[in-house]
Amino acid sequence: MADTIELRDIEVWDGNMAASHALRQVQVDVVAAYPITPSTPIVENYAGFTANGYVDGEFVMTESEHGAMSCCIGAAAAGGRVATATSSQGFALMVETLYSASGMRLPIVLNVVNRAIGAPLNVNGDHSDMYMGRDSGWIQLDSYCPQEAYDLNFIAFKVSEDHDVRLPAMVHQDGFMTSHTAQGVHTLSDEAAYNFVGEYKPMNDMLDLDHPVTHGVQTEEDWHFEHKARQQHALMTAVLPKIEAAFADFEKLSGRKYNLVEKYNMEDAEVAVVCMGTSVETAREVALEMRQNGIKAGVVGIRVFRPWPLEQLAATLKDVKAIAALDRSSPHGTVGALFNEISGSLFNTDTKAVLTNYIYGLGGRDLTKAHLVSIFTDLKANADAGKPTTALQQYIGLRGPKLSFF
Amino acid sequence: MSEMKKIKNLKEFSTSADRFEGANLLCPGCAHSIIVREVLNATNDDLILAASTGCLEVCTAVYPYTSWDASWIHIGFENGSSAVAGAEAMYKALKTKGRLKQPDRTPKFVAFGGDGATYDIGFQWISGCFERGHNMMYVCLDNEVYANTGGQRSSSTPIGASATTTPAGRVSYGEKRNKKDMMAIMAAHGAPYVAQVAPNKWKDMVAKIQKGFAAEGPVYINAMSACTTEWKFAPEDTISISDLATDSLVFPLYEIIDGTKLNITYRPKNIIPVRDYLGAQGRFKHLFTKQYEYLIDEWQARVDAKWDYLQRREEASV
Repeated sequence: MADTIELRDIEVWDGNMAASHALRQVQVDVVAAYPITPSTPIVENYAGFTANGYVDGEFVMTESEHGAMSCCIGAAAAGGRVATATSSQGFALMVETLYSASGMRLPIVLNVVNRAIGAPLNVNGDHSDMYMGRDSGWIQLDSYCPQEAYDLNFIAFKVSEDHDVRLPAMVHQDGFMTSHTAQGVHTLSDEAAYNFVGEYKPMNDMLDLDHPVTHGVQTEEDWHFEHKARQQHALMTAVLPKIEAAFADFEKLSGRKYNLVEKYNMEDAEVAVVCMGTSVETAREVALEMRQNGIKAGVVGIRVFRPWPLEQLAATLKDVKAIAALDRSSPHGTVGALFNEISGSLFNTDTKAVLTNYIYGLGGRDLTKAHLVSIFTDLKANADAGKPTTALQQYIGLRGPKLSFF
Repeated sequence: MSEMKKIKNLKEFSTSADRFEGANLLCPGCAHSIIVREVLNATNDDLILAASTGCLEVCTAVYPYTSWDASWIHIGFENGSSAVAGAEAMYKALKTKGRLKQPDRTPKFVAFGGDGATYDIGFQWISGCFERGHNMMYVCLDNEVYANTGGQRSSSTPIGASATTTPAGRVSYGEKRNKKDMMAIMAAHGAPYVAQVAPNKWKDMVAKIQKGFAAEGPVYINAMSACTTEWKFAPEDTISISDLATDSLVFPLYEIIDGTKLNITYRPKNIIPVRDYLGAQGRFKHLFTKQYEYLIDEWQARVDAKWDYLQRREEASV
């Protein structure tokens, strides 16, 4: 039996340490991982827990991220709790197996410490890897700070392993901004954390030797479509209610409340910024300041990126006059993903909102308060004009000549 | 604990309980099914199996059917080894935690892959699994070509063979490179047991599989799998072609224990010329022309040299 750790009520942890403790506390059976900046400390911390008797499960240091997720898939199919962590290039290397994991309906929790994808090579945070995963069939939860990186791990295990769901889940945190920035994190006791997620209940487990199972079959045009439709059905119908139920349970346990869409001063907002990750907190601070200047500003943080909370988002934004979608990934040839998602959410509604798109923060470039002030100022002009007063897509924080499209 | 089957003769073997069903889509005469049955029949223990993408995988698990009466997993082309390694890690974890459903039983973990999945695309994953020392067996079904996709060359394709990506033609004799020596590479990982087998020598094969199952740690089995479709011989000739391979020493049967101790396990009473092996297969047909027949002598010289090398290693016990 692994030793427990008596945590203080508030620990000073960065996002990586928070995620490592969450993995330890839920008593993951197999962690198979490969280190990559900036997620490396998750794996190192976990190795330390293992070396000091705080982990009973297996810790497999593989030869690559592809190997790590391949081992995770084998381990999950065998029948137990499985988790790993990665970033960026490693995430890209894993992509093939991400589709396997979700298509095989295997609960696995992947901590993604978001980082840019080269070329040019870059170790800092942006959302390129998170966006790369968006069609992979995984649940994607997004945290904005170390506390949330910790809490959302428990939600991820609980939802992913639910027998009505059986889909893998990513917990995202921003590289360095969250992963390496220490803050006060309210903890759960080891016992409370484990009990919240509960004992792993296997299903179609290969290690049930009396009931052999075949995992990862071949289907062609006869059955592939139906399999993918079933997968989509589970993702679209089961997941959001389960996440909301888990959020409610978690609030009872911890007092911390999470929502599919995180609204800040949205009740009467005329202009709103929609974004993800650490930018949400900066945007909230600026929105508050904008209100002191008479601009009714609000912020919408995306908590659940997949499955996309379309109805919740449409309801949140229905009365807003001007919206900015902030994308921290280069869309390379079109509008940003958030712009697209928000457009799709609002298109068949009565909204008259003006929607514009800002590409920001690539490769770890800071999104400053001044940038956000200029975005809110643009939004105010759009709201007053009832049409875009700027290009639909602007690059913000870019050096040199301004760049905009559409 | 571990239970090895005792099979006296082929008749007994043929009526032995199957965990790999005859209901599969493999070509008539495919050696894969013979090898897989021999591997699975070598033990009465439970089996947890994996397959990389390839002939075996696409022919045995086409939804809604399965040919496997043991737990089986396929992920992709390159990672059958890691799939079974992950399952083995889970077995260890659940054993430690006392959560195994059948705690008294000790399953064996086996991954199958073709030579494409083994020598080429999956090599890194296999190397990782062996370096980490998972308690597993990796069986390469070596038919020296990407047979599942219609006969492209792999790094196991032997020199002079005509493959679709190295076709013989007016100015080319086909594959230009020697077959990669996976046996040496896997032995160099320090694996406790590495062996080359062929389905025609089934007693030798079963003995080696059982040695592999008895070993602690990762075991590599390189199984020659004569391919009626791509080697181009009649489906009923699979075993006779295999006999030509082993008796010409093109495919010598030997084992390497603990990465160093090499034993030859089959010495043909009458060694036949390599020419006879090559001549029996359509993939080498072009070698029997004035333009390319010098390659047959080169082939013979290479096989002789390898046999000499193996004998010297056995004699020196290294």
